[in-house]
Amino acid sequence: MTDLPTTRIDLKGVLSATAPTVAKDDHSEGMSYLQSVPRRLVTLYLPLSIIVVILLFPFYWMALTSVKPDAQLLDMETYSPFWTWNPTFKHFYKLLFESHYPRWLWNTMYVAVGATMLSIIASVLAAYAIVRLRYRGANLVGGLIFLAYLVPPSILFIPLATVVFQYGLFDSPLALILTYPTILIPFSTWLLMGYFKTIPFELEECALIDGASRWQILIKIVLPLAIPGLISAFIFCFTLCWNEFIYALTFLQSTQNKTVPVAIVNEFVDGDVYRWGSLMAGALAGSLPLVILYAFFVEHYVSAMTGAVKE
Amino acid sequence: MADIVLTHTKAKPQLREATAWDQVKHNRNWLGFWFMLPAMGFLIFFLAYPLGLGIWLSFTDTKIGRVGQFIGSENYEWLWDDAIFWLSVTNTLVYTFVASAIKFAIGLYLALLLNENLPFKAMLRAAVLIPFIVPTVLSALAFWWIFDSQFSIISWSLKHLGIIDYNINFLGDTTWARICVIFANIWRGVPFVAITLLAGLQTVSPSLYEAATLDGASRWQMFRHITYPLLTPIIAVVMTFSVLFTFTDFQLIWAMTRGGPVNATHLMATLSYQRAIIAGQLGEGAAISSAMIPFLLAAIMVSWFGLQRRKWQQGENND
Repeated sequence: MTDLPTTRIDLKGVLSATAPTVAKDDHSEGMSYLQSVPRRLVTLYLPLSIIVVILLFPFYWMALTSVKPDAQLLDMETYSPFWTWNPTFKHFYKLLFESHYPRWLWNTMYVAVGATMLSIIASVLAAYAIVRLRYRGANLVGGLIFLAYLVPPSILFIPLATVVFQYGLFDSPLALILTYPTILIPFSTWLLMGYFKTIPFELEECALIDGASRWQILIKIVLPLAIPGLISAFIFCFTLCWNEFIYALTFLQSTQNKTVPVAIVNEFVDGDVYRWGSLMAGALAGSLPLVILYAFFVEHYVSAMTGAVKE
Repeated sequence: MADIVLTHTKAKPQLREATAWDQVKHNRNWLGFWFMLPAMGFLIFFLAYPLGLGIWLSFTDTKIGRVGQFIGSENYEWLWDDAIFWLSVTNTLVYTFVASAIKFAIGLYLALLLNENLPFKAMLRAAVLIPFIVPTVLSALAFWWIFDSQFSIISWSLKHLGIIDYNINFLGDTTWARICVIFANIWRGVPFVAITLLAGLQTVSPSLYEAATLDGASRWQMFRHITYPLLTPIIAVVMTFSVLFTFTDFQLIWAMTRGGPVNATHLMATLSYQRAIIAGQLGEGAAISSAMIPFLLAAIMVSWFGLQRRKWQQGENND
C-alpha cells in the first residue's frame, strides 16, 4: 500500500507516450510541392481568408462599437464606420459602475463553477463504473446516458419550470446549478469514458492485488492519468454553462439573480438609440472570460469537442 | 512458533462469512450502483422525470399558477387547426435543412482547407473556433446590430459600393429576417462542423493520397473516393448533432427577432416558450415541445445507423 504513490509516478512517466495525445501529428506535408504558388493562392489562401474574415468580423464589430463615442456610432457619413480615432471607455464605465453587470458576471461564474463541479464529480464516478466496474447492465446504462445527451433543453424547460417551482427553487441560482448537470453529465461521462478506456487495465489489477479498494484505485491511479480528460471536460462544461440561455431565462426572475446572457437581452434592450455602445460592451465583457480560458486550453477544448463526437 | 500463531489469529477474521455489508461494499453490481448514484440521481430527477412530465402536461390544461385537468388530446387538436403552429413547423424544417446543409458544405470545405500545409495553422484553427466559444446570445446581439434597420454596416457598405440606394430592412422583412437568422446560425455552427471534420481528416493516412496521385487521380477523384468514404462515419455523427441542435434552437432566434416579424422566424422552441411562459398556457406549450420529439427520434435513428456503420467499417473489436 505505501509504495502505491511511487508506482504511480513511475508509471506516469512510462505511460506519457501512450496516454491520450491531444494533438495529432500533421501528415499533410510531402505532396504540397505538386501545387504551384499561384494555384495555392486562389484555391487555398483566398477562400480561407474570406471565411476567416467573415467568422471574425462580428467580434471586430462588437469591439469597435463598444469603444466608439455615441456621436460617431450613428453618424456614418462624417466618420468612417470601420475605425475610430478617439476611443472611449464610457460604455464600459457605465456597465461596471452604473448597472448590475458585475453582479451578473458573478452569478454566471457561480452557477457555471457550481454546476461544472457537480457534473464532473458525478461523471467521473459514472464513467469509471461503466468502463471498469462493468456491473450488470453497464452497456445499457452507457447507451441511455448517450441518449440523454440527445435530449435538448428546449423540450425540457416547460416541465422543468413546474418541477423547479414545486421544489421551491424558482428564482434561485440553485435551480440552475441543479438543472445544468442534466446537459453536462451525459457529455462529460462519454468524454471521460473514452479517456478511462485508454488507461491500461493491468495497472488496476496490480493495485487490486496490492489490496487497494476501488475508491483508492480511482483516486490514486485513474484520475491522475486522466487529467487531460478532466481538464477538457471541465472547460467544455464551463463553456456550456456560460452559454446556456433558456433555463436561465425561464427559472430566474429578479434582476439581481440573472446571468449575463439573460440580463443583457432583457435589461439592456430599451428604446434608447444610443444603447448599442453599452450593449456591445456588455456582450464583449461577457465573452472575454471564455475567450481567455479558451486561449490557454485550445488543445483541450478541441479534444473535448472531437472526443465526445468520436466516442 | 509465536509468529505463526499471531498471523493465524490475524488472518482468521477474513475467513468469516461475507455479511450483507461486505456484499454492499465489494460486490461489483452494488459498487456500480453506488458509483452511478449521483449521475443517475440528476438524470432521473431533472431529465427523465421532466421528459415524462412534459408529455403528461401536454394532455392537460395546466396554466401558470393552476394545476391542470386531463383533457385528452385537446391541445393537439387545437394546434392542428392553428396556422401559427404550422408556420413554426415549416420555419423549423426550413431553418434546419437549409442551415444544416450549408453548414455541412462550408464546414467540410473549411476542414479541407485547414488540413492543407499552412503557416500559422494552430493559430488559424484557434481563430476559426472562436464563434463556437462565445455565448450564442452575445454573438446574436452583435448580429442584431449588424442587421440593424438604419445603421447596418452591410446596408452602408452596399450603398457606398453603389449596389443599393436604400437601407435593407434586414430583421423587419419576413424573407430577409429568415435569411438573417439562418446566416447567423450557419456562422455559429460552421466552426463546430469544420473542427470535428478536421480531426477526422487528420486520421486519414497520407500514403493513400500518394498512391492515388501515382495512379493519376485528380483532386476531385481523391476527395470522392478516399476522403469522403473514410469520413462518412464522422460526418454522420457530426451532422446528427448539428441537425439536432439546429432543430431545437432557441437562443439565437430569441435574441435576434423573438419570432417576429409576424411570426416569420418562430421556431417550435420559441413558440412553445411564448405560449407556455409568456402567455402562461403551460399545457399548450408542452404540446408544442412534445411535437418535436418524433423529429428528434428520427435524428437519433440516423445517428444510431451512422455509429453502426462505423463499427462495421473498422471491425468489431473497436472500443
